[in-house]
Formats: sequence, C-alpha cells, structure tokens
Amino acid sequence: MDILNAIVAFVNFVVIPATAYGAQLALGALGATLVYGILRFSNFAQGDTMAFGTMATILFTWWLQSMGVHFGPLPTALLALPFGIAVTAGLLLLTDRFVYRFYRKQRAAPTILVIVSLGVMFVMNGITRLIIGVEEQNFADGARFLVTAGDFKRWTGLDEGLAIKSSQAITVVTAVIVVAWLFWFLQKTRTGKSMRAFSDNEDLALLSGINPNRVVNVTWIIVAVLATIAGVLYGLDKSFKPFTYFQLLLPIFAAAVVGGLGNPLGAIAGGFVVAYSEVFVTYAWKKVLGYLVPADMAPDNLIQLLSTDYKLAVSFIILIIVLLFMPTGLFKGKSS
Amino acid sequence: MNTRNLILFGLVGVLYLGTGVFLSWNLALNILNLGLLSAIMALGVNMQWGYAGLFNTGIMGFAALGGLAVVLVSAPPEPQGWAQGGWGIMAGLAFGLAVIAFSTWIYRNLGKGTLRNAVLLVVLVGGFFAYRAILDPSVDAVEAFNPAIAGNIGGLGLPSLLAWPLGGVLAALAAWAIGKIALGLRSDYLAIATLGIAEIVIIVMKNEDWLARGVKNMIGLPRPWPVPYEVDLQQSAAFLDWAANYGFDPMTASSILVKVLYALLFAMVLFVVVWMSELALNSPWGRMMRSIRDNEVAAAAMGKDVTRRHLQVFVIGSAVVGFAGAMMTTMDGQLTPGTYNPLRFTFLIWVMVIVGGSGNNWGAVLGGLLIGWLWLIVETLGPGVMSVVTYGMSEGALKTHLVDSAQHMRLLTLGVILLLVLRFSPRGLIPEK
Repeated sequence: MDILNAIVAFVNFVVIPATAYGAQLALGALGATLVYGILRFSNFAQGDTMAFGTMATILFTWWLQSMGVHFGPLPTALLALPFGIAVTAGLLLLTDRFVYRFYRKQRAAPTILVIVSLGVMFVMNGITRLIIGVEEQNFADGARFLVTAGDFKRWTGLDEGLAIKSSQAITVVTAVIVVAWLFWFLQKTRTGKSMRAFSDNEDLALLSGINPNRVVNVTWIIVAVLATIAGVLYGLDKSFKPFTYFQLLLPIFAAAVVGGLGNPLGAIAGGFVVAYSEVFVTYAWKKVLGYLVPADMAPDNLIQLLSTDYKLAVSFIILIIVLLFMPTGLFKGKSS
Repeated sequence: MNTRNLILFGLVGVLYLGTGVFLSWNLALNILNLGLLSAIMALGVNMQWGYAGLFNTGIMGFAALGGLAVVLVSAPPEPQGWAQGGWGIMAGLAFGLAVIAFSTWIYRNLGKGTLRNAVLLVVLVGGFFAYRAILDPSVDAVEAFNPAIAGNIGGLGLPSLLAWPLGGVLAALAAWAIGKIALGLRSDYLAIATLGIAEIVIIVMKNEDWLARGVKNMIGLPRPWPVPYEVDLQQSAAFLDWAANYGFDPMTASSILVKVLYALLFAMVLFVVVWMSELALNSPWGRMMRSIRDNEVAAAAMGKDVTRRHLQVFVIGSAVVGFAGAMMTTMDGQLTPGTYNPLRFTFLIWVMVIVGGSGNNWGAVLGGLLIGWLWLIVETLGPGVMSVVTYGMSEGALKTHLVDSAQHMRLLTLGVILLLVLRFSPRGLIPEK
C-alpha cells in the first residue's frame, strides 16, 4: 500500500490532463451552446471555426516571432490571440451577414440552418487548409513546464513524479478567466441580459424592443472569442491539425448535449464530464493500482478499459446515454 | 421526365463524353463508375432527407459497413486464423449482445428505483469485464497468427455479388440501432448521433485487426461475377483477336472493357433503385412520408406513427447507402479503412442531393453524376490548372504551396456551391413535383 504515490500518479496522469482537456472542451461547447440558444441551430462549423481561429493566431504568432517579440516564459500565441480573435470575429460576422441572416429572416427550419452550417464548415475548412495546409503545426514556445516530474520528486521525496505542463496551467487559468467574464457579461450587462431574454423567448424579446441584429452580432463575436481561445489552448496543449479539430465536433456536441443544449452552465459541466470519462476509460490503471494493492496482487495487464484509439467512442456512448435517459441534458436545456 | 430534365441529363452526358474525347476514355469511365455509385448513395440519402426530412450525417459509416460486408462475404477463408479463436470471438460478441439485451429487459421489467439502478450497474460493469475476458484472448490469438499477411478471421469465400445485399443489411442494422435512440427527439440529435456512429464504425474498422485487418488493409477482394480480370483478358486468344480486329491496343481495350462491364452492372442497380424509389414515392406510402415531412403534427393527428415511419425510412435509406458502399469496395477490390473521410463520403453526397434537387429521385441521380464528375475532374485537372496559373511565378515555397493546395480548392468550391444552391435555388436542379 502506498496511497501517497497512488494519489500523485492519479493526479499526474488523470486529473491534470483531464482538467486541461475538459477546460478546452468546455470553451468549445460554450460556443456551440450559445449559437444553439440564440440562433437556434446546431452549428456544425464549430470545430472548423476553432481551426480557423487557431490558424489565424498561429500566423500572427509567426509574425510576432519573426519580429523578435516574445512573451517571456509564456507562449507568444497568447499575444497573438487578440489578433486571431479579431480576424475570426470578422469572418463570423461576414458569414452571418451573407449566409445566415437570409435564413433567419425567412424563419427557416433548424435543419436547413444545420445544412447551411455544413456549407460554412466546408468553406472554412477549405480556407484553413488552403492557407496553412493539412500538416501538424507546433506553435508552442516559452517555458515547457511549470513543475517538472524531477523537481517534484526532489521536493517531496516520492517515487512518483508530478508534472504540470505550462500549456495545461495556462489552459485552466485562461478558461476560468474567460468563463467568469462570460457569466458576468451574461448576468450583469444590458447586452448580456438582452441575449438571455432573446434566448428564452424571441417574440417577447423583440416586443420589448431588443434589437435582434445586435444580439446576433454580439453572439457571433463571443463565439469567435470562445472558439479561438479553445482552439489555441488545444493547439498549445497538443498540436494543431485541421482534421483533429473537425473531429472535436463530436466531443463538443456530446458536452453541449450532456449539459443541455442552450445552457451555458451545462456546457461547462458537460465538457468536464466528457473529458474525465474519456481519460478515465482510456487510462491504463496498472500503475495506480500497483501502488494500492499488495505486490503479489499487482495487476499483470494494463487495466485499460478501452484503447486510446476509442476515445471518440466514449463521447459517443455518453451522448447515447444522455439521449436515452435524459434528452434535455443534466441542466435542462431546450428540448424543442 | 420533361424536356428540361432531359436536357440537363444530356448536358451531364456531354461532360462525360467530353472527358472521354479530350482526356481519356479510361478516366471518363472511372469517373462514371464512381458517379453511378454516388448516385445510388444519393438516392438513399434522398429517401431520408427528401421524403422524410431526416438529416443523416453518418453516410460514411453506412458506406463503410457495406465495405466490411464485402470482406466478410467474399474474402478468402482463413481456416487456421479462425481456428486460433474464431469461435471465442463469436462467443464474446454473442455474450456482449446478451448483456445488452438482459440490461434492457431489467430496465423494462424492474420497478423504477435504486434497486434497478444497482442491478443495472452490476450487470453492465460485470458484463463488460466478462465480455473483455472472453473476447480478448481469442482476439490476441487470431491477430498473432501470421500477422504479416493474415491475422484475421477471414471471410466466407463466397461470390462478391452476395456481399452487396449483406452490406445493405449491416447498414440497416446500424441505422435501426441509432434511429431507435435518436429519432423521436429533436431533429439535431439525429445529426449529432449519426456523425458519431460514422466515426465509431471507422475507428472499429481501423483498430479491430481480427475483423478486416484494420489499417493493414484487405486487398485482393474478388470481382463480382461477370467482370473479368485485365490480365486474363490479355491472355485470352479470343479477346486478342477481337481487339486486333478493331485495331485496339489490347492493354487499353481490356481495362476499358472491365470498366464498361462495371458501369453496366452499376447502371442496372441504379435503374432498379430509381424504379423502386419512384414507385414508392408515388404510392400512398410516399405521400404519407411527404405529409409527415411537411407537417408532423397534422400527420400524427391523422393517426400516422411519425417516429415509426421515420425509423422505417431511415433504415431503408441507410440500407441503400450500405449496398452502394459494398459495390464500391468490390470495384476497388480492397478495403482501406484509412480512406474513409467524412468530407468525401458524407458531405459530398449531401451536396449531390441538394444540388440535384431534394425530394426528387431523378434529381439525386443527376446530382450524383454531375457533382461526382466535378469532384473527380478537379482532382485530375486541378494541379495542371494551378501550374498554369502559377506559370509566371518564380520557383519557391509559395508556388509549391499553391500547386499543392489545388486539392483543398475542392472543399472550398463545394462549400460555395452548396451555399449558393441553398440560397438561390433551394429546390435544386430538378425540383420536387
């Protein structure tokens, strides 16, 4: 029995990666859920919006780096983030003006809007691949680790190391700031309140003089902020590859549906539910169990429930369970 | 069929003929075969979207299941591989299904409450570990046997024509399972759930080596009955005489003959599917479907079981896609899970249906042939056009990047076409009557 080492191994291999991934998913799912709440359709272009925002940020990062600008121990990408967000917001506003607005005026069925978002996805995907290509891009710089495994072992004298990558720390800190700001914005400001009113009851909101175009534009700008930050954090933590971002669509929607589509709080909870389940199910528990049980009972195989190749299946199974047993999600999202 | 539609089909025919005359007949036939297959898939999707308004984003998964059927039916048997643990794998899978069935029974028959949840949890978790305990040793044994050329349980060694209907059946089963869960809820849920199932099918096919060798690919699948191999043709005296008689080069003539035979085979299937779809669409059943699509509440008030009808048409449409997916794999002669890509297999088919005209079977066929031609011709001509465009530029990173990026232009172009059609001609080229 070696509980301390078991806990450290658990934190190192499960809690830290899952928390960082959960924060990234939560930001992505917040974007999807906001579009759903305000514009009333599932935005299939969400993954590619993240990819586009990340690409824009990477380009600005390279430009800053070429000018010799660095952000000390922090990644230069954080400096480039506002530029990336601005470009993405511009693209989304243009898309809304030339694509979505027409259907909104017609009051088209949600399914039509989903197909339209599919077309937008194609275009964004094409632009991203055209500009930066399909290859993996690594754009993280600055300090690699906040705490390295070696340092941790020296401080504590334990066998098991605990490492915190700076990208993971940055992810969590940034996500907390962004989410706190978003909730402050939605709860306290006039625009935020009008957005919530619009989401609750469009007709009543219009009747009370809320300008729908303003609400929609602000929504797209917030979506650009959330998607770009989520994408950049994911890219810093792992790496940037357009197709991976497209595949994030499934965990993102699973997170949004788990929490209840249209419910921002639910999206955050959903992001962590999906991320933790994914890491729990695909982590090989051999090491942690090895510390907990007597040596002669130590497991001889990996004790891995599913191979990591199946991590998308985890999101899918969560999605199925939610659809079967609580279609409106944990936090009672919109059901129609 | 009115004059306008005939002209549209004629124009598409001219595109194919032009490809044959100006580029090569081999290429034209290649594109035609893929166009015919895409048209069949588009017909399946048109049933779901055009007749019933169901949004399926998992076409790739159903097509891949069709491909899997070809391996299971017509790949040569691996008696030794099977002997390593074939029965063990079957027992494991049967056990897994039994656990799911038993849990469903518990869920339905035990009263709501903590007891039910506890029993369900024990059955499912215990069942999962027992399932892995039964399955894993057999899987390891099969995969360890001669992994360089086999490592799988093999197929039945039957003619590959039999695989086509089985492809439809596999896709139908998957569609039934997913439809049972996601239909009857909000419309977006079906889209999200099918997007998921398609990814899962591909992941399973990539990782379960015992099934169809995973990413090691399954090659050398037999051709369907009337289609000969080029090599055999080139050695047959009758064929050589025939080619010499007409002054053809035997190499080219043999590959063209093979492609023509495929095209005839596919065209026959397409014709049967169109004929049956037209009958169904113009029958009381078809009218009921469209009335459900246009007003679910009214249809339900008339006593129609909306969810059941949705499930029915979803299963039938997916089966058609699976059938075409099996046809595609027999034509390729190999199953390569890595080549299934949602943009090519799901969203391209969507563009075909929308551009052709959703709700109209002939529209789906036209869309399949037209967009299929565009997609493949750009693949062939794109790099050439790009090198002409960049002719004056100096050699360098930018030029290489532009020439390489030609293939990504396809996504952009398709997206723009889809958006333009949706905006300015939402009923498509051949609108619904």
